[in-house]
Amino acid sequence: MTNVLLIIFIISLLYVSIANRIITYVRVLALQGFILFGVTFLQLKDIQTWNLVLILLETIVFKAIAVPVFLSYLIKRNKITRETEPYLPHFISLIIITLIIVITVLLANSIQDTHLDKIFFIVSLSTLFTGLYFIASRKKIITHVMGYLMIENGVFVLSLAVGNEMPNLVNLGIMLDVFASVLILGIFLNKIGDVFKAVDVDQLSNLKDY
Amino acid sequence: MMTAVYLISAFIIAGMLFANRNTIINNILIIIFGLVQIGFTFYACSNYKNSVLQYFTFDSLGLLLLMTLTIISIPALFHSYLYIARHDETPQSRAIYFSAIVFLITSITAAYLANHIAVIWIFTEMTTLSASMLIYHHRNKLALEGTWKYVFICAISITFVFIGILFLSLALQHAGSSDLSFANLMEYKDSLNPFWLRLAFLFIFTGFTAKLGLVPMYTAGIDAKDKAPAPAGALLASVLMNLGFVGIFRIYAVISQTSLFHWANLIIFIAAFLSIFVATVYMTKVMNIKRMFAYSGIEHMGIVMLGIAAGGIGYYAAILHIILHAFVKSSLFFQFNQLYRTFQSKSIQYVGNYFKYNPTGAVVLLLGFISATAMPPSGLFVSEFLIFRSLFEAKFIVLLIVVLLLLTIVIWAFGKNIMKILFLPVQGIDETKIPRINPWESLTQYLLLFTAIWLGLNPPSIFVQMIQDAVKILPK
Repeated sequence: MTNVLLIIFIISLLYVSIANRIITYVRVLALQGFILFGVTFLQLKDIQTWNLVLILLETIVFKAIAVPVFLSYLIKRNKITRETEPYLPHFISLIIITLIIVITVLLANSIQDTHLDKIFFIVSLSTLFTGLYFIASRKKIITHVMGYLMIENGVFVLSLAVGNEMPNLVNLGIMLDVFASVLILGIFLNKIGDVFKAVDVDQLSNLKDY
Repeated sequence: MMTAVYLISAFIIAGMLFANRNTIINNILIIIFGLVQIGFTFYACSNYKNSVLQYFTFDSLGLLLLMTLTIISIPALFHSYLYIARHDETPQSRAIYFSAIVFLITSITAAYLANHIAVIWIFTEMTTLSASMLIYHHRNKLALEGTWKYVFICAISITFVFIGILFLSLALQHAGSSDLSFANLMEYKDSLNPFWLRLAFLFIFTGFTAKLGLVPMYTAGIDAKDKAPAPAGALLASVLMNLGFVGIFRIYAVISQTSLFHWANLIIFIAAFLSIFVATVYMTKVMNIKRMFAYSGIEHMGIVMLGIAAGGIGYYAAILHIILHAFVKSSLFFQFNQLYRTFQSKSIQYVGNYFKYNPTGAVVLLLGFISATAMPPSGLFVSEFLIFRSLFEAKFIVLLIVVLLLLTIVIWAFGKNIMKILFLPVQGIDETKIPRINPWESLTQYLLLFTAIWLGLNPPSIFVQMIQDAVKILPK
């Protein structure tokens, strides 16, 4: 069951690579939040109850509901246009993300390790690189933020892989999520929407050496 | 116990500064914080090598950098006070500024002394938060751009460090342990899984380069030091960079005991060399004075990491260099504010003939330039010379020659700009508008620069012993 969920998670990466509208990204992020909820529920059984409750709350309330709702609010408020505006065509994005997944699978297969479930490793690394690819290849600031949120989801999957033995690391990961998301989303994206009229990265090139 | 008192009282002071709107109370709180910081430093010195609160150890490296931090933070608070008083700030923006700077100094202190990688990570995250408040101080479009870039890059880097910690925990699980403190990692150094350790080092190193200012993550720091008010920029350009060094050094100390030692050195060599190269390229082009200082910092951090990777006498020289660099670079940033008040510009184009308008400040710039380019009699000459010697002894002759060539270009570019600022007159300056600057405001800069010279040329024996003790854990 965990494997099925994680495979759906990977498929969501492929889906998001060809998505044309920003709102699709938001929906995929929400879906990933629910998937993480399911994985956590199935995976972490050995740890204390209140710890588990905290993690479940984080995935379902924060990742699956609060962040997507806030993102769609930001999109409406700042009148961000619906296109994702990639620098590269969708077809090439699809190929690149497929390549990322294939390479991580090959990498994971070369590891002989009993302490780590390979599928967790594959999912987290490919999500990490996909997020970095989104940051590099999309024009809007809000898609950069979504790329970052995707990276965080990947990191969360990885922390689940070691979670049963080191629950404190999962808590740290949650701290990272909440801290960075609140800082980036709450304070600055709000401000940037007010100050810069069209929220493109092209606008953020005024700091120069001369 | 005292550590808890320090942390709690510092955070309470930060909170009170944040809530307070009265000028007098504000100043009193800043003085109290300065005293608390000094007191805690003395307490830390008297408890040399002890561990407190389970997660903090007063070891040699932490103490040396803590003393550096305290020495720099007092003038930083003083210059911040002058800066805020001159700019007719609203009580609100003043409150945010001072609470952020107190928060920043406290988090850096805690991160220096932490003996557990996750604790360093938490406090590094806190420095990102407080630094971003300082960078956004002016609340205009450019400041927002700088803050956004800083926050975004730092958020990604901090995530990288976290991934590194996760890999490190996997490496440790092979050894059958789960305590991520550095002492425990050292204990299990022989049974750590090399594959996971390799990944862990790559991610942790990449993550901390955002604070240290090395390739690949150095970019955000440049914008941050440019947009933050100069007294805060002085902290970002000196002690915050040292925090990145602490993070990398402590994990490197573990790696150096394993079979990955040479591989890790290779990674550090590549990053350090590229940093020096990038800094050189930008130094020849840059026209913004603050960014010039910031790029010079990137170059120095590259030199420091070369010393670490070369080994031998390089370890000692690297730690000496990072301490002296902090003094020199912060004094240059403190001086920058006077320069800006004279010419109302950051661009080298509109700045010139500074010796005529403010001789005391001009001498600071000249001394700072001599120190930052490591010419004798500056202390950095000694440390840089030792680093080059270590490169020579480790038989990296080609690398040494290329680095020396690059540094020559840096000295040329830096010198050209500084001489322009000091001696060449500029057109269109209304001399009646130039304010008279009180020479006593340069006193702290002189003290910092002379400390750097003194520590380099004639270091006290206790100082030498502490540095040697800090690098004792590295292989010969």
